[in-house]
This record gives sequence, structure tokens and C-alpha cells, in this order.
Amino acid sequence: MKINAFKIYSFLFFAFSITAYSQNVKLLNVDQLNERIKNGKDSTYVVNFWATWCAPCIKELPHFEKLNAEYKAEKLAVLLVSVDFKSKLNSAVIPFVKRKNMKSNVFLLNESNPQEYIDRIEPTWSGSIPATIFIKGDKRKFIESELTYEQLLTEYKKL
Amino acid sequence: MQKFITTITVLVFSILFAHAQSTTLKAGEQAPEFKLKNVDGKEISFASYPKAKGFIVVFTCNTCPYAVAYEQRIIDLDKKFKPQGYPVIAINPNDPEASKADAFDKMQQLAKDKKYPFPYLFDQGQVVTDQYGAKHTPHLFIVSKTSKGNIVEYVGAIDNDPEGTKTEKTKYAEDVIAALKSNQKPAITQTKEIGCTVKRKAKA
Repeated sequence: MKINAFKIYSFLFFAFSITAYSQNVKLLNVDQLNERIKNGKDSTYVVNFWATWCAPCIKELPHFEKLNAEYKAEKLAVLLVSVDFKSKLNSAVIPFVKRKNMKSNVFLLNESNPQEYIDRIEPTWSGSIPATIFIKGDKRKFIESELTYEQLLTEYKKL
Repeated sequence: MQKFITTITVLVFSILFAHAQSTTLKAGEQAPEFKLKNVDGKEISFASYPKAKGFIVVFTCNTCPYAVAYEQRIIDLDKKFKPQGYPVIAINPNDPEASKADAFDKMQQLAKDKKYPFPYLFDQGQVVTDQYGAKHTPHLFIVSKTSKGNIVEYVGAIDNDPEGTKTEKTKYAEDVIAALKSNQKPAITQTKEIGCTVKRKAKA
């Protein structure tokens, strides 16, 4: 009986450590983001900028998760880049990603000067979120608004 | 006839496209006139301030966490600069159906609770929002009254510290008004900041 309980505890412990590991949130700056896209093994990248405080972002995140799950085999990588304050990494972003059990790659943007980084990401971006970049080879499309799953799928397929 | 229809179609689409992609005003451009309903029911326009030297027009709302974070700083801007001739005029750019907590009665409640010293205007149909090309909240436009009309002097953020934690802030808005008061052009006329997107009705 005791052994069984121990086994269950060990199993739970390992299960949780694995889950925690897969839901890691890495810090990422703009250079690293560009490098990740340039040197990544995937052929299509959908980069979504969001934040835990942004209601329309939270509403559309499941669509990105769904796209990621359904089109993984087509060499698609969904990168979810949070623009939350860096001070919120442990108190807001990581707990959010765990709670929502997010499976896509989640990052926290490691930049501090929006005057500089917003233009480096996309010159036409005013800074509002949600905002999404679709990239496939030389093709690139930027959308500064909330997307439904159908819109997301359409933009992805258009690439 | 076919050609005519094509022309009309192209024209209609370009108008629709231009509307959807309204560009943000830049420094040096005319600031469009407006007449919008304030939370007290009265209509407010630039003409409501005959003695003003200019205006701090800020597109902000009830709901956006960035707007909430800047709320006190917007109140402080008005307290400091209205006596100097630069009153704050706040405009809510969000569609009340797309964002119910930004509806007119909710605006009235917030303005009352927080004792807004400035008008807080409702932009029916998001017309003024599109004329200015306001993209997010808060989005600030500083306007000066000149012999050539009302001219945009600055577009962007209030300061470089949305989190409110920096000890050394660059106060963009205050620097712009300081320059204008000494009859100079501001050194920085445009900044960018993260913010909540303007809420619009879903397109059918």
C-alpha cells in the first residue's frame, strides 16, 4: 500500500516536471527572433505578439495553438512572443502559460526600448497588440488586428 | 459600361481599403476639427477653448491596462498644462458593441469616479479616431493653434515608462509642450509604444 502511494507520488512528480519543462518561457530579443526564423528547420513561421493583460490576444491564442497542432507536419512553427513587462515573467507569463497548458513556443520579448524595437520588428507596426507576422521564405505579411481561426488559416494558406 | 462598372468597383474598394487602413497623422499636418459628445452631454470641439494655445488630444479608454496605467498621468497633464493653455481632450476610440465596458454610460461612471478634470468624449462611428488614425490606447496627439490652423506637433506616447517604475523617465509630452511654449519645434515629434488595439465591430 505504502509502495503504491510512493509510486503514484513519483509518477506525479515526474509528470509535473515534464509538463513544467515543456511550458518553459524563454527570453528572446529581436536579433534572436530573426535568427530563429532564418536558421530554423521549419519553412513557415507565424509570429504572434501578445500579452497576458490583452483581452483580444487571450481570445485569439487558442486559434494559434490549434493552427500549431494541426499543421505541425507541414513544417509550420508558431512563435508566441509576449510583450509583457520583463518583471512579469515569473508572476504572470509563466503561470498563464501553465494554466492555459500552451503547447506552442512561448517567449517573452527581451527588449526595453520600444522606439527602437517596434520598428525593427515591423516598420508599419504602430505598437498595438495583437499583431501577427506570417513568414515563408521571402514572403512576409503583417496584420495588426485580432484574427479568427478562419482568418488565421486563410492567411497561413495564402503564403 | 463594363469599364464604368470596373472603375466604380475599384473606386469603392479603394475607399473601403483607405478606411480600413487609415494612416496616422504626422507632425506638420492639419489636426481635423471635431465636435463630439462629452460625458456631461455637452458637445466639445477645439472652438470650446477660445483662449487655448493648443491641445493634448489623447485617445484612451476605460478598459486597456496601458490606458489604466496612464490614467493618473493624463489627469496630471491636464492639471499642469490647462492653466498654461494646453488642455487635455480625451476621446474614447473603442466601439461600444465591440467593447461593452467602454460604452458611454461606463465612460460617464469612470469620469465621475476618477473626477476627470478634462472632457472625455464619445466618438460615434469612430469617425475622429479614423481621421487621426489613432491605432491604440493611449495614443497621444499634441496640437498647436497657429495662423495656419490647428497643426499636429507630436504623435505617440506620453512618456517612456508605461510600467511606471523608471526613476529617469523621458516625458515626451511635457518636453513637446515646453518646446512649443518657447516657440520652438519639439525635438521628438513621433514615438511608438505598445498598447491595446482600437476595438472595432467584427466585419461581417
